[in-house]
Amino acid sequence: MKLYCLSGHPTLPCNVLKFKSTTIMLDCGLDMNSTLNFLPLPLVQSPRLSNLPGWSLKDGNAFLDKELKECSGHVFVDSVPEFCLPETELIDLSTVDVILISNYHCMMALPYITEHTGFTGTVYATEPSVQIGRLLMEELVNFIERVPKAQSASLWKNKDIQRLLPSPLKDAVEVSTWRRCYTMQEVNSALSKIQLVGYSQKIELFGAVQVTPLSSGYALGSSNWIIQSHYEKVSYVSGSSLLTTHPQPMDQASLKNSDVLILTGLTQIPTANPDSMVGEFCSNLALTVRNGGNVLVPCYPSGVIYDLLECLYQYIDSAGLSSIPFYFISPVANSSLEFSQIFAEWLCHNKQTKVYLPEPPFPHAELIQTNKLKHYPSIHGDFSNDFRQPCVVFTGHPSLRFGDVVHFMELWGKSSLNTVIFTEPDFSYLEALAPYQPLAMKCIYCPIDTRLNFIQVSKLLKEVQPLHVVCPEQYTQPPPAQSHRIDLMIDCQPPAMSYRRAEVLALPFKRRYEKIEIMPELADSLVPMEIKPGVSLATVSAVLHTKDNKHILQPPPRPAQPTGGKKRKRASDDIPDCKVLKPLLSGSIPVEQFVQTLEKHGFSDIKVEDTAKGHIVLLQEAETLIQIEEDSTHIICDNDEMLRVRLRDLVLKFLQKF
Amino acid sequence: MDPECSRLLPALCAVLADPRQPVADDTCLEKLLDWFTAVTEAGSSLLLLQENPCLVELLFHVLKSQDLSSRILSFSLRLAGIFAAQEDCFQYLQGELLPMLFGEVGPLGGAAWTAPAVRSGWIQGLRTLAQHPSALHFLAACGAVDTIFSLQGDPSLFVASAAGQLLVHILDLVMRGPAEGRRSPQACDWPACAQKIVGHIEDSLCSTDIPQVTQALSVLTTAFGHCHGLWTQGLWVRLSPLVARLLEKDPVPASHSLVDLLLSVARSAPSSDRDLWETLAQTLSHLSPTQAGPLALGILKLQDCFIHRLPKDRRDSWSSPAQSRAGFILRTCSAAFCHLPSGLTLWILGHPVPQVLRTQAFGILLQPLACVLEAAAQAPGPPGLLEGAAADSMMVDTLLSSKSACVGLLCCALAHLGLLQPLPQRPSPWPQAPLLGAAVTILRLCSGSAAPTSDVGGRLCAILVGCGRVQRAALDFLGALSQGTGPQELVTQVFSVLLEYLVSPESSSMVLKKAFQATLRWLLSSPKTPGCCDLDPHTQLFLRELLPVLQKRLCSPCWEVRDSVLEFLTQMTRHCGGQAGFRQALLASEVPELTKQLLRDPESYVRASAVTATGQLSSWGLCATPAIPECPGAQQESLLVELLHILSTDSEGFPRRAVMQVFTEWLRDGHADVAEDAERFVAGVLQAASRDLDWEVRAQGLELALVFLEQLLGQRGSHCPYAVALPETAPPGVLDQALQVLCRVQLFEFAFRALFDCDRPVAQKSCDLLLFLRAKAAPCGSSQEAGDSPNVASVEATLQRWQAGEQGQPLGYLEPGAVVALLRSIDLEGLRDTLAESSDHVEKSPQSLLQDMLAAVGVLGENEADCY
Repeated sequence: MKLYCLSGHPTLPCNVLKFKSTTIMLDCGLDMNSTLNFLPLPLVQSPRLSNLPGWSLKDGNAFLDKELKECSGHVFVDSVPEFCLPETELIDLSTVDVILISNYHCMMALPYITEHTGFTGTVYATEPSVQIGRLLMEELVNFIERVPKAQSASLWKNKDIQRLLPSPLKDAVEVSTWRRCYTMQEVNSALSKIQLVGYSQKIELFGAVQVTPLSSGYALGSSNWIIQSHYEKVSYVSGSSLLTTHPQPMDQASLKNSDVLILTGLTQIPTANPDSMVGEFCSNLALTVRNGGNVLVPCYPSGVIYDLLECLYQYIDSAGLSSIPFYFISPVANSSLEFSQIFAEWLCHNKQTKVYLPEPPFPHAELIQTNKLKHYPSIHGDFSNDFRQPCVVFTGHPSLRFGDVVHFMELWGKSSLNTVIFTEPDFSYLEALAPYQPLAMKCIYCPIDTRLNFIQVSKLLKEVQPLHVVCPEQYTQPPPAQSHRIDLMIDCQPPAMSYRRAEVLALPFKRRYEKIEIMPELADSLVPMEIKPGVSLATVSAVLHTKDNKHILQPPPRPAQPTGGKKRKRASDDIPDCKVLKPLLSGSIPVEQFVQTLEKHGFSDIKVEDTAKGHIVLLQEAETLIQIEEDSTHIICDNDEMLRVRLRDLVLKFLQKF
Repeated sequence: MDPECSRLLPALCAVLADPRQPVADDTCLEKLLDWFTAVTEAGSSLLLLQENPCLVELLFHVLKSQDLSSRILSFSLRLAGIFAAQEDCFQYLQGELLPMLFGEVGPLGGAAWTAPAVRSGWIQGLRTLAQHPSALHFLAACGAVDTIFSLQGDPSLFVASAAGQLLVHILDLVMRGPAEGRRSPQACDWPACAQKIVGHIEDSLCSTDIPQVTQALSVLTTAFGHCHGLWTQGLWVRLSPLVARLLEKDPVPASHSLVDLLLSVARSAPSSDRDLWETLAQTLSHLSPTQAGPLALGILKLQDCFIHRLPKDRRDSWSSPAQSRAGFILRTCSAAFCHLPSGLTLWILGHPVPQVLRTQAFGILLQPLACVLEAAAQAPGPPGLLEGAAADSMMVDTLLSSKSACVGLLCCALAHLGLLQPLPQRPSPWPQAPLLGAAVTILRLCSGSAAPTSDVGGRLCAILVGCGRVQRAALDFLGALSQGTGPQELVTQVFSVLLEYLVSPESSSMVLKKAFQATLRWLLSSPKTPGCCDLDPHTQLFLRELLPVLQKRLCSPCWEVRDSVLEFLTQMTRHCGGQAGFRQALLASEVPELTKQLLRDPESYVRASAVTATGQLSSWGLCATPAIPECPGAQQESLLVELLHILSTDSEGFPRRAVMQVFTEWLRDGHADVAEDAERFVAGVLQAASRDLDWEVRAQGLELALVFLEQLLGQRGSHCPYAVALPETAPPGVLDQALQVLCRVQLFEFAFRALFDCDRPVAQKSCDLLLFLRAKAAPCGSSQEAGDSPNVASVEATLQRWQAGEQGQPLGYLEPGAVVALLRSIDLEGLRDTLAESSDHVEKSPQSLLQDMLAAVGVLGENEADCY
């Protein structure tokens, strides 16, 4: 059993598990941190961005000044943003049988895998994951395609040139594999390969293994997966949450008794409690708005935004913010808000019960109804007519490199009355803000990450008790900036196995058993013999029939009647030779009694020596040696076959035959 | 006993003796026992029984009846105890009744004994009864002591505890006689009963059964805590070797009880006892760090400071035997001693706790903190901290053994040191700087901002990070340390860690509250710049950083947080409102405006705090900047209007009460906007308050009215409640004018209405106010004429209706003359005396109790009849 680690990002995993002749890809997350090296794509012409000076080498050489621009001491690539794909060379991805998706954030690389690697398998995901994943992809494609950029920079990727660049460009890894965003056509094609599954549904893969999605409590339709055969169980835990937010709660019980638990997708900000962060978010939002400033919240169009809107629903009236407009701007804003209301079966119990009242499960429906929350596909069109300040704007993309957020950063960045509040934990907010410097607006970082923290993981592992834990290497040591925080790492026994990008792990357990069925007529013919209390044995002569990873013992064909040997046998009639088997022996030889028996039968001068594995009985007179070990007995004598047979028979007296 | 009660008693006894008529509740029986106790204390029990034979009949009946409830049986046992407490009555009952009640033939051997109430009643009965030598003989004769021994291990904790106390009581009773006048009698002289009890305690102390050891230790603790005869010294001499032997066991059994005992002995020991100090020292070193903490604190709290107040020549003339009881009394009243005038000479007993022992005890309290400091030290080397309390490996092991052990130990150490800090007998020199350092380090470990390099430090950090309990304890301790000084560098660190907690989103609301409290204490104790009454530069710098935090916290979605900020702001403004640095920083921030916005907060507690805070800010002229620069009063006036609006419309009581307090304070302090037209202000406020459903608002309205009265007519005189000075009368001219004003603001309508208020405190306050007014109005001569006018008659009629509960009709406009007449005609003194009685004084009478009990049974009887 092997694990091929195609992504080093702990929360955007992409691993391939080879297990019992199946090749299973676990998630295909797309690392978008690479986009932070690029200049933002403004929706409206930005004189500031277009007038940034080109970057030149220390010696004044300016051959890169078309590709690289400098802003407040940082260098950015002036090109269409590109993404860092999972490893494609470590394993032939066309051999992947299935892809299991955990949540909509972990499927963003799907088009790259399904459309460009010869992949012919099936993708399994829950319906909300697919629908919301589609929205995320659609938004991404839309953000990038609606601001076409003529220029494509590639010179800087040359290894010799990259070495000369300042950080972080200099340290960017595998830049040659970075790719532009996929197209909508590729998205549709990739999504068409998905087969929808429900929680606890058992899916057979070639008869060899069974995969089952379990609720992980992190997002709508988010799953952990159980991959099991008859005697082995691998659990794959991706983004999971134990907090009471909108999704169905996490199913922990089904993870028990795993041989291997692959653990990914823990919180990226273990020191920030989501509840505290929500409080911080509300306080800063209210403070800004009360002072007449605007609030910008860069966010994804689904996920935490639902919870934030719910908190604000409860908070705005009490904080006297009822008259402040809330805008949600995304090409998929409408679909996201509506989808959230129709996936009732995937929601937590409280929200499910609302559906039967009937009431919309999320209160943002009421915010929309009362015109407190308005949503628009983009800043163009209706929004520009309705727009009034001070206001709160939720919009993407959290990287601040594309999407409507770029416009608001340009618009509001100059005033210290305004505030940008980062709630998504995927990007470093300081790096995200780098191309907007100098910036007058206030920046607040309240990352809300509801995924498991290390205390919860520790409790979970104690509860489910896997034999082995496998996780990204980042989880096996404290964060580099807080090396003393030994509480911020996985602490389990035996220590967790760690992996990093492009590594292949041999998982630490051997398959010891395989289930084989016996045909009833064969079973009828068996005569078990009790060799010790509670243990019976029977010899079986049969033909092992294996098809679709199922093994069946069938009765051996009867020996062919001699038909005179005239007829030619067809190849398919070949039957295995059934030799007459000698009886099998069992039991152990008590040395003292054996020596007494030897003496009774006239052997004298007997010496017994203990060895590491058993005993040696020396018949000095007969110059013979009997080695008795746990699973073998050897009689070594000098060409005296009569003596050997006599001794053999004496040995056999102590053993059972069947 | 009054005749009416005597008349009711036979019926009640019949009810009690009747198993078919269950008594409604236990409280009636308890009240009945209280009443009998009072009656027997006031007179002869024997006479009582002779005059009311139904009582003895009841006791006999209880013994005979098989199906009486355990409550009645228990009651009877206790009742018999009350009667038999007087020796003559004891003799009267001893022949038959008492042995049957308390002896082996009584409930003791029967099925009723299984009820804990009966066992408890038996013990309490004996406890009350055992007051005289005859009782001792009775106890010995009926073998009660052995039963008490067995009841010490009773499954009911109340019974077990009462059994222990009874043993001590008997022991004290037995020993008081022979020990009196003799010093420390030898054990061999002790009476048999005492020998038996002490022997039992000795056996228990030697037992391997820990509960038995605990029982013995508790009995001894009670004995040394409550008995002050010299015999206790003898007892300690006899038992201390056995107690010391407990320390040889590992782990020390019943350590909590042992600590209690040793502290009890130490507090009661009349003279220095080297053995005791040695035992204490040994105990400190044998107990685990967690167990030793309370003992260490107890040792350090032992009083020995009064010895210094004695003139030296008097010390030599002490006579030990005579001092023992007085010593105890003085010790128990130690708190009062602190306030004794310095000239008063005290003679005192006891010797100081040896310094070595105090050092050892203090070391125990300091050790966990020393350990933390050492573990978190950035660089190795001699830390020079907490001298004599270097962290030992046992302490480190305890701290790291588990999260609960670490948290428990640190919280206890912090709490103990916090308690010790303000005491006069705290160790000296007090290691203020290391303790400050330790508190700061613990808080940093808890927040995760400390970066210890050592292995122990790392593990401590992992255990403590995010631990709210330790954070709260450390913040409390840090606040307590604000009373002392510290090096500037450390004080800077204190403010920095406090700011860290105030800023951190991870601080829970409780932690935040504690952080605000500690911050306030440190800010208020920070030194003033020499020659200037303003804040020192460090504090000003801190304030500048603090105010943005306050702004954010005022917008918190958590109401507890908003409330804490407002409380902090109120206190800060109250103390620093006049200081330029504070004023500048506050006015440059948005805090005043945000505070004002919270007057409309959805949470009533927050609204109340916002009212208090804005009131305080306004008093200092720190309210939100006027919206219209040309009209500086506009904003303030709007605040007054807004507060009046809250007073009239807020659905919750807290904000309305807060408004009344603010208004009273404004009126008292002469707030500019109030002083502008105080008459209109008072009229408006009283009108709103009179309609309020909350009695506290109405009472506060009277407080405001009184302030107004005092401003018009002069002070009430001394505020000392024990002063007998009568208020001075006002000159007639002033009085007439004042009465005119008071009539215009309708203060009398408000006060008279309050006089008949259904809530007693309101009526009392109103009564006081009117009495004050009457005293001021004494020389007014026009009263007689006014008193005869039809206006007065109709007002009196209205007031009578009000008194009867019909308060619908208004009083109408009152003339000053009519008011004075009314004040004279109403029996205010009588009313005051009636109001001074507790509201249930009628219902509390024994007669009422007996009637109620009979009535309750009567009702039950009717129901029973209905059933048939």
